[in-house]
Amino acid sequence: MTQNKQTTILAEPGKQEILIAREFDAPRELVFKACTDPKLIPEWWGPRYLSTEVDKMDVRPGGQWRFINRDAEGNAYAFHGVYHEVLAPERVIDTFEFEGLPETGHVTLETMKLEPLPGGRTRLTVQSVFQSVADRDGMLQSGMEEGLNDSYDRLAELLKKM
Amino acid sequence: MDMFVALADPTRRTILEILASSGELAATAIYEHFPVSPQAVSQHLKVLREARLVEMEKRAQKHVYRLNPQTLSQFEAWVRQTKQMWEERFAALDQVLESEKKLVKGDEDK
Repeated sequence: MTQNKQTTILAEPGKQEILIAREFDAPRELVFKACTDPKLIPEWWGPRYLSTEVDKMDVRPGGQWRFINRDAEGNAYAFHGVYHEVLAPERVIDTFEFEGLPETGHVTLETMKLEPLPGGRTRLTVQSVFQSVADRDGMLQSGMEEGLNDSYDRLAELLKKM
Repeated sequence: MDMFVALADPTRRTILEILASSGELAATAIYEHFPVSPQAVSQHLKVLREARLVEMEKRAQKHVYRLNPQTLSQFEAWVRQTKQMWEERFAALDQVLESEKKLVKGDEDK
């Protein structure tokens, strides 16, 4: 069976949202479980080089979540939010805030949707809405490598996507 | 000015598209593409220049504009980095799902 496991990400310039989509070779109920079970979150949520600890995870409307990523030196990066809607097995809406920013209040609204596909597969989409374009793109300031490709062809391609 | 704020305006994005297809253009040639006043377009060019999305060179009486590819590639790099973060996360989720599937199957076989 050919599998499409490509992650697509859409972040149009000038918009304050990011759209992420990916297909999984597992039924929707299972994907929903992996996303809402505190025991499973540490196995996939954080970057590979960090551990993920679930501090709070009360998966119901109004419930709080807080995850902590730690590196080998003991530095901690925490994230938290509140579940707005939990509709098993198709949708979770929650807020998301990174606690490491210089000021608080930069919150995003995340909507995760799971659609069943033929063959017991599932399509996961995440829409992440930021408070402003600058907020969405704030990550750029946090130590971005200088990307260097001067080709005008590639620029034209990029502009077409805008 | 932040490049993303500069990119947020549709007129400014159109200017970038025109420059991407033309290579370089005099300011007066850019004005012709828009129904608004040259002063308004000139303001947009100023914003793009401050965000270092375009470069301007004075030649004789002309102000010649072209794209600054380095700044635009920053945006491309940002998209790539974000994508990579999600790809890593989803690859780990694939593994979780595989072991969960085995658990479910094990329960059914009992």
